[in-house]
Amino acid sequence: MINNRPVNRWLLPLLAVILVAAMAAAVMIGPTYLSLGDTLSALTGSGDTLTQTIVFEVRMPRAVAAAITGAALGISGAALQGLLRNPLAEPGVLGVSASAATAATAVIYFGLATSAPWLVPIASLCGALFATALISGAAFRMRGVASLILFGVALSALSGAIMALFVNLAPNPFSLSDLINWTAGSVANRDWGDIGFALPFVALGVLLLMTIRRQLAVLSLGEDTAHGLGVDLSRVRLITILGAGFATGGAVALAGMVGFIGLVAPHIVRPAVAYDPGATLVPAAIAGAILTVLADIGIRLFPWGNELHLGTLAALVGAPVFIWLVFKLGNARHG
Amino acid sequence: MADLSLTAVSVVVGSTRAGSNRLLDGINLNATGGEFIAILGENGAGKSTLLKAIMGLMPLATGTILVDGQPLSALSPRERALRLAWLPQSIPLAWPLRVFDAVALGRFAHGGTPRALSSRDHAAVTAAMAACGLSDFINRSTPTLSGGEIARVHIARTFASGAPILLVDEPVAALDPGHRLAVMDLLKQHTGNGGTVIAVLHDLGLAARYADRIVGIRHGRLVFDLPPETAMTASNMADLFDVHVHIDTTPGWPQPVLISQIISDPADPVEN
Repeated sequence: MINNRPVNRWLLPLLAVILVAAMAAAVMIGPTYLSLGDTLSALTGSGDTLTQTIVFEVRMPRAVAAAITGAALGISGAALQGLLRNPLAEPGVLGVSASAATAATAVIYFGLATSAPWLVPIASLCGALFATALISGAAFRMRGVASLILFGVALSALSGAIMALFVNLAPNPFSLSDLINWTAGSVANRDWGDIGFALPFVALGVLLLMTIRRQLAVLSLGEDTAHGLGVDLSRVRLITILGAGFATGGAVALAGMVGFIGLVAPHIVRPAVAYDPGATLVPAAIAGAILTVLADIGIRLFPWGNELHLGTLAALVGAPVFIWLVFKLGNARHG
Repeated sequence: MADLSLTAVSVVVGSTRAGSNRLLDGINLNATGGEFIAILGENGAGKSTLLKAIMGLMPLATGTILVDGQPLSALSPRERALRLAWLPQSIPLAWPLRVFDAVALGRFAHGGTPRALSSRDHAAVTAAMAACGLSDFINRSTPTLSGGEIARVHIARTFASGAPILLVDEPVAALDPGHRLAVMDLLKQHTGNGGTVIAVLHDLGLAARYADRIVGIRHGRLVFDLPPETAMTASNMADLFDVHVHIDTTPGWPQPVLISQIISDPADPVEN
């Protein structure tokens, strides 16, 4: 096999090192600062029990949950952008995350989650799959980049309204902070059990998306030409729907709605992979994990009275990037 | 093997309630290895639809299409791509791909990707780029190319596919005179090596000079299917395009010279 350069061979190792460093920082930084030495001795099982508890039961699950969420959103965003040939596509903007969160909150508010907590990731998954299937169907009829995004806006608005409806209808006394945890996203206080519920879905989604990397590359030329070159379009659509649905469903079950990670991560790595949509998937997953872990450090590091939500910080940084991309797209179209 | 056979192929769009439109109407066409077929016809005659129908992008209302004796519908997308390569009129590029990568995508059916090409894939891509005069453009980003250069990138990808049957839709429309001849020569060379070329052309002179057979299409129907010497007549061109042409035979092939447009309907005069 001939490796066709400009794809930087150091990209993946570099991203992996940054991710490990970011996760190490996430374990060290917090109300109780732990030195690198403390952290390492806790990891090797030789530190004191308090430090071990902080590392294994509090900070590591939180960092791992952030990394899994970010990786799932990053690879889903990259796959959706590749399939739809739309640089603005991502689970948040398209309303996939909102649909997943709505389905998950429905299960919680109606008291089903107390007897069967595993229903939450399943519901989240169903919500995400419903949305990806709907978007893929809509993409058939809508040619423009903008119309599909408007579809996502409508889907998000509808999901938000349904969620608000649940608040009124829910038989359980329900707290507004619960709703905010779902809509603004958070990985605070996650334990290994939460991760265990979500991880299989995310892993399955990632594995599915990995099988269509070549097809996504050919889709750069448009659907008709890709068909002519031998791409089975219905199969690629189905796998993207399932893969992005599973990954995003898992991520939302774990962390609620965290927007813009899936938008920004693919754009950061794309120049380093010569804009090949297939080669974007894995680097976008790692970049998404890095961004989410860093964002989660950011909300702990700065003294904002109440801790910010993860999705809030992601939107504060991600939404301006979205606006910048819209302007860039407009310029590219008009001259 | 590079044989293509169309029998009674019809393509209809639109529901019967809203009134349907017959884009292709009972087209019979046979092409065998070594043949260069030019398709002529006015805008909207059904030329591009015919190529799309052969590529399986248009559901057939009637008729069958055989590739090397096998029904097209029985082939998987990959099997079809190994036999047929299609160059559409325009190809929107979603991302600013490198020129080499845009050509290398032609190797998809062989299992190659821009990131991982076998030495055979690599040789095919490099040869196609050299043939299309793109050797100096390998690392260029496609948005920095001119329209004609981009067109050559897509032509190179078509050749790189290695498919024996090439369906090319106005392959030289965007090219300068030198590159027009170069690309037509490449297509002719492909048929010389046993391949089949079906080319939609608007340049009557190039069609007469390069094609072994000229197929005229109008209103979705096949009007004539003849060798250039008998196809390229004033009356055939009038039937196809409503134009007066003078046929000059001095260059060694029938060279049509456009004279004027025929005003067939006095109620709807064409301004000139």
